[in-house]
Order: sequence, then structure tokens, then C-alpha cells
Amino acid sequence: MIEVRDLRKSFGPHVVLDGVSFRIEKGESIVIIGRSGGGKSVLLKHLIGLLKPDAGEVLIEGKNIVPMNEREMLPVRRKFGVLFQSAALFDSMTVAENVGFAFRRDRSLSEPEIARRVAEMLEMVDLPGTESKNPSELSGGMRKRVGLARAIIYQPEIVLYDEPTTGLDPIMSDSIDHLMLRVRDRLRVTTVVVTHDMRSARRLGQRILMLHEQKIYATGSADEIFESKDRVVRQFIDGISDEKEMTMKPQSL
Amino acid sequence: MNFLGNKWIGEWLEGLGQLTLLAREAALSLFTFKVAWRDLLYQAYFTGVKSQSVVLVTGAFTGMVLSAQTYMQFHKVKMDTATLAVVSISMCSELGPVLTGLMVAGRVGAAIAAELGTMRVTEQIDALRTLATHPVDYLVVPRVLALLLVLPLLTAEAIVVGIASGYVVGVYLMGIDPIYLWANAQRYTTLADVTIGLIKAVIFGGIVGLIGCYKGMSCGEGAQGVGRATTEAVVFSSITILISNFFLTLTLGQALHTL
Repeated sequence: MIEVRDLRKSFGPHVVLDGVSFRIEKGESIVIIGRSGGGKSVLLKHLIGLLKPDAGEVLIEGKNIVPMNEREMLPVRRKFGVLFQSAALFDSMTVAENVGFAFRRDRSLSEPEIARRVAEMLEMVDLPGTESKNPSELSGGMRKRVGLARAIIYQPEIVLYDEPTTGLDPIMSDSIDHLMLRVRDRLRVTTVVVTHDMRSARRLGQRILMLHEQKIYATGSADEIFESKDRVVRQFIDGISDEKEMTMKPQSL
Repeated sequence: MNFLGNKWIGEWLEGLGQLTLLAREAALSLFTFKVAWRDLLYQAYFTGVKSQSVVLVTGAFTGMVLSAQTYMQFHKVKMDTATLAVVSISMCSELGPVLTGLMVAGRVGAAIAAELGTMRVTEQIDALRTLATHPVDYLVVPRVLALLLVLPLLTAEAIVVGIASGYVVGVYLMGIDPIYLWANAQRYTTLADVTIGLIKAVIFGGIVGLIGCYKGMSCGEGAQGVGRATTEAVVFSSITILISNFFLTLTLGQALHTL
């Protein structure tokens, strides 16, 4: 469904991705882990053409989206729903207008029908009755839920999550994890999550890709990655900043 | 030094190229896709109705000072009754469109750059793109179109108010004969002067809208980026208005006065 071939991207002299390749099959649920600032979000943005790579290909259902211009890309983006790190709600609109945005733009549905679907989506993300609120009145977790409702209302085939639990308290993170699972199972979507929250990664990932030093360093099922003996993987999963600590505590390996 | 100069020119040319591409994309979108009338109406309201006070004050005081100054000079050579003709011609073809353009650049151009810049840094423009909406269709076209429609109207308003207040100052403050004053103004102001002013206004509207949108959408990161984009939008559109005005006066003047 999604294939990335030898993707390279740098911002000025700073190389972010240096030959990244992987495949994501339909219906799979993939978690991409890696250090903050390591290019995970940049990688995610390449999957829907929000950024153009310096070299390499991104194939969505066999079609290379890299040479496409913004307008050719629009129908491809219809297949995707994206939850941004900051939720990126349109702050000049109410919750209902945000969630119903995609429908109101293409004018294929009547207003009452849009309202019904918006209510249904808000119900699904556990925020019923918040239609008339403004994004500024919502907490971080609520914003993410609204952002998710907006991303899935038109039933995309692939949902991308950019650090969905960053900046949320552990309880809210937990409920967002459950929500992502619910969306995955109910809508049967291909899920790609970028995160450094290990608990989320373990729960959501059927397969985990680890991005390290501008490349895919390790890939495997959640169990394989979490039981890995590799130093770099271990260090990241256990969250150890000082390498000496790892040699001092061999039992943690 | 040479390297710095080259870099600066390179950036400037790149910006100009990007701006041209944006203009092309906006024109394409305008002719091939449906305009969202509700957004256009809102933008026209924001640009037009909300700029009233600024435009009225600018027009009135420019007309007044121009009338007073012209009278003081013309009085020396006994040409008192030609005062309003000078006010009228300069308001119609130069001061009306230029000052309105500059005021709108400061008010609306800055607002556009700040709004789109904030949308960019908070990923709202990316969100728009993922919702299969072209930012040019949704954000640029209604704003530019609103400015193209509204700026000539605001300019016409500034011209009328400017001439009227110039008349009031001339007649009631300087004591010029009202009949001759008005007759001379009418005699020397031609349709071409008014047309030049309104054509300029449309062009200035496009300049303010496109530069505001371009600066907003290409804004740098963070609060600083938005601040810079806003300042640059105002500075660049003001300078572009002033420079293009000179060339417009030359070309439009020749084209229309020879007709």
C-alpha cells in the first residue's frame, strides 16, 4: 500500500533522512520510533507529500507521489487521515465546522447529513455534544480527539498519527491509545504511528520500525523489538541516556 | 561582500519567482474552480467595511492639507480658484489610490500575513492540505479577490472625501469663491484621471493581497517567523505600490490621455 524507496532529505546542511526504505501493507499497523528530532515527523510528512524529498520515491498504491504537484496530490490525500502533533484544529471554526470540514468543502452532502455524521464521529471519540465549542476552549487531549474525528470522518484507508500522546498526561495518553485501537478495529484502516511513547508503541505496533542516524536501524514485530539485545535499540527502549549505565547494569539487557 | 550581494539578489529573485507562481496558481484556481462565496463575502466585509475609518480619515486630511498648501502657494500668483483643480487631479490619479493602497497594506496586508503565518506555524495549512483542500483555493483566492474588488471602492471613497474636504477648507477657511473653485475643478479633472486612479487601485489590491498571502504562507518558524512575515508583507507591498505607481502613471497616463 505504501512503499518508500531510498528516501533522502536534508534541511540546509542538516541531513535528516539518508536512504530510508520500507513497505507498509494494507491493514497493517506500524509504529515508527526514534529520538526526538530524529526525522520521524519529517518521514511521516513525506508519506502524504507535505514535504518533497531530495531523492527517492514514495509510492502510494503503486503510484509515485514525489513528482506530483499540489493539485495532482489532492485525490491521493483523500485516502489519508492525519492527526497532527498539535492537532492543528482550525481555530477560527467551531468543533463541528472542524470535523465536518472535508464534507462542507466538497458539497456532496446536505447540511443535516453532515451534522449527523459529525455527531456520530464526536460520539466515537468520546466527545458527544461539543459541536458548538471553540478549539480554544478544549484541553490538549480533547483537541487531539477532535483532530482525530476530523481526520477519520471521510473514512480514509490510512490514518497517520504524528506523536499522538506527546504532551498528554498518562491517563489521557492511555485513552488516546484505546481510541487509536478502536479506530483501527472499527474502520479497518492501515495505521502508521510516529511516537516515542514506548507503551503506545507496544500496544499499537504489529510491526515497529526504528529510525536511528537517518536510517531505518531496526525493524521487527513488537515482541522482537522489545526483546532485542541490540545496544542501540535497548538503550532507546529502556530510556537510558548514559551508555556507561548500560554496561553497569547488564541484567537490564 | 560580492557573495553577500549575490545571495541577496538570489533570494530576491527567488521570492519574485515564487510570487509569480502563486499569482498564476491563484488565477488558475479562480477560473477553474468554484469560489467559496461565503468566504469571499467575509473577506470583503473584513477588508472593506472594517477599513472605513482609516480610509475616511486618510482621504479627508489629505484633501484638507493639499487644499490649504496649494492655496497658500497659488495665492501668491493670484490663482486661488485653481486650488481645487489641483486637489481633485492629485486625489484622483495619485494620492487616492496610493494612500488607500498603503493604508490597506498596513491594515489588511499585515492581517493576512499574520493569519496565514500563524496557520502555517501551527500546522493548520498542512492540515488543510491533508483534508484534500488546496490552500490557494481556500485561503488565497478569497482574500486576493476581495482586495481586487474592494480597493477600487475604498479608493473612490477616499477621492470623494478628499475633494469634499478640500472644497470645505478652500471655501470656508481660505475664503475662495465657491462657484469658480468648483467650475475649475470640473474643467481640469478628466475622466482619464479617475480611470487611472481606479485601475491603479485594482492593481494595488492585487499587490497587497498576493504579497500578504505569499509572506504568510512562506512564513518562518515560531512567533518570530510570524512577526517577520507580517513586517515584510507591509514593507514589501508598500514599496511595490510606490514603485509601480510611478510606472503606472507613465504608462496609463500616456495610454489614456492620448485616447
